[in-house]
Amino acid sequence: MLEVRDLHVNYGAISALHGISLDVKQGEIVTLIGANGAGKSTTLRAISGLVKPRAGVINFDGQNIAGVAPHVIVGRGLAQSPEGRMVFANLSVLENLRMGAYRRKDTANFAKDFDYVFSIFPRLKEREQQTAGTLSGGEQQMLAIGRALMSKPKCLMLDEPSLGIAPILVQTIFEKIVEINRELGLTILLVEQNANLALEVSHRGYVLETGRITLSDTAEALRGNPEVQECYLGGE
Amino acid sequence: MTDWFLQQLINGLALGAIYALIALGYTMVYGVLRFINFAHSDVMMLGAFAAFYLTPPVAGMLGEQSVWTALVVILLSAAICAVIGMTIEFLAYRPLRKRPRLTVLITAIGVSLFIEFTGQHEKVFGAATKSFPKLLPSRDIVIGALHLSSNDIVVLVLTAVLLAAMWFIVQRTKIGMAMRAVSYNEQAAALMGVNVNGIISFTFGLGSALAAVAGIFYAMRAPGIDPLMGIQPGLRAFIAAVLGGIGNLPGAALGGIVLGLLETFFGGMPGLSNYRDGIAFAILILILLFRPAGLLGKLQTEKV
Repeated sequence: MLEVRDLHVNYGAISALHGISLDVKQGEIVTLIGANGAGKSTTLRAISGLVKPRAGVINFDGQNIAGVAPHVIVGRGLAQSPEGRMVFANLSVLENLRMGAYRRKDTANFAKDFDYVFSIFPRLKEREQQTAGTLSGGEQQMLAIGRALMSKPKCLMLDEPSLGIAPILVQTIFEKIVEINRELGLTILLVEQNANLALEVSHRGYVLETGRITLSDTAEALRGNPEVQECYLGGE
Repeated sequence: MTDWFLQQLINGLALGAIYALIALGYTMVYGVLRFINFAHSDVMMLGAFAAFYLTPPVAGMLGEQSVWTALVVILLSAAICAVIGMTIEFLAYRPLRKRPRLTVLITAIGVSLFIEFTGQHEKVFGAATKSFPKLLPSRDIVIGALHLSSNDIVVLVLTAVLLAAMWFIVQRTKIGMAMRAVSYNEQAAALMGVNVNGIISFTFGLGSALAAVAGIFYAMRAPGIDPLMGIQPGLRAFIAAVLGGIGNLPGAALGGIVLGLLETFFGGMPGLSNYRDGIAFAILILILLFRPAGLLGKLQTEKV
């Protein structure tokens, strides 16, 4: 579904990604783990079109989307819940969800999809009319995921969904990620610093180190890999 | 005394309504791009000139001083200015989108001076003041000691309608929601599928159309029009936008009205008329000292 080949990204003169390649197949949860500054978010930002790659190919659903404008990429069915959540604090919860459906024309189906989002995150239903800025960090993360789901994506990219969130909510959110994957068959690319958690819910994983993929394997194998254990899972 | 008060109130509201219309453009552009479009007041001037040149041919078709003529002239001028505003954004500001804000600000001042001085060239509008054609049949309505100009009432009513329409567009339509989203976070809006450049263009178009209407209303009350006519009301409208809370639409409307009232009341007081701007701006400074975010502005906080 998503194939990244030899992707290079520069920020000015600084090279952030030096040729990474990865695959996400239909129905999978794939995770990208790595330390701070390894280039995880840059990878997602490049796939979403927020930064233009210097070189490389990003095939999504059979089309090269490298360098395409972000709003067009969303329309093709690739959604992102960005790092730091970026919910619209000045808009209500409901308006945030509507923003997620911005490119959809089938307004008749919106009610059904609102209901689905509310069924996985009942907290959002309670806070429907509230301004998103008044939500807690965890609730904002739920909103960011719900908002991305409202675009009815074929593939969902999640950037650090555990960042700055109460541990009890992190657990809930990861359970929901698995549930969304299972129930909707939605393909998910998950970027996470919390490698333990990410490998627990994923099928496969890639390890990113300073702009290069250094390892790729099934999640289970990665968890058993002594190198990964030492560097990312806190050692044994 | 009450007559004097009512008289000044009407005058102040009519003037304030015009400031409000211009202030909306400043505040909307600030909302999406976080910079002050100093060329905005010149777009207002261009609106007045568009009406100046359009009125004779339109009046030839639809009749002198008829409501239809006025309506067509206002709509056409607004459309012309919308295109001009979008063109300015596309040519002058868009290429600088990723540069520091100061660069764009200086460019805006450059665009403003460019329009003002090109306008003064004899082959363009010329520097001399031109008398603005009578768009509407103007009547003085006398109620007791109160003298109301029918033009002022038209200006007030139309402004109220436009302000309500703006509120509706921004708060209740999809494009308005996208404007608010872009204003909060451009990248997040792009990730939702919003064409950010399109929204910015739309915002410039909308603000410039309002400025054109304001320019025509201003010209209807002024003795004449000239290429520098936008500077004074533009400055006041900018201050009105800051006073109300920059980026806040109801704030811009309120700021405009407050400024218009202050100016007329102090201008109308015997012995104080020469100090009207001094007093009005002193009050303004005081308000901003105690409410730095403006009357309706609030410092946005986000829970993390």
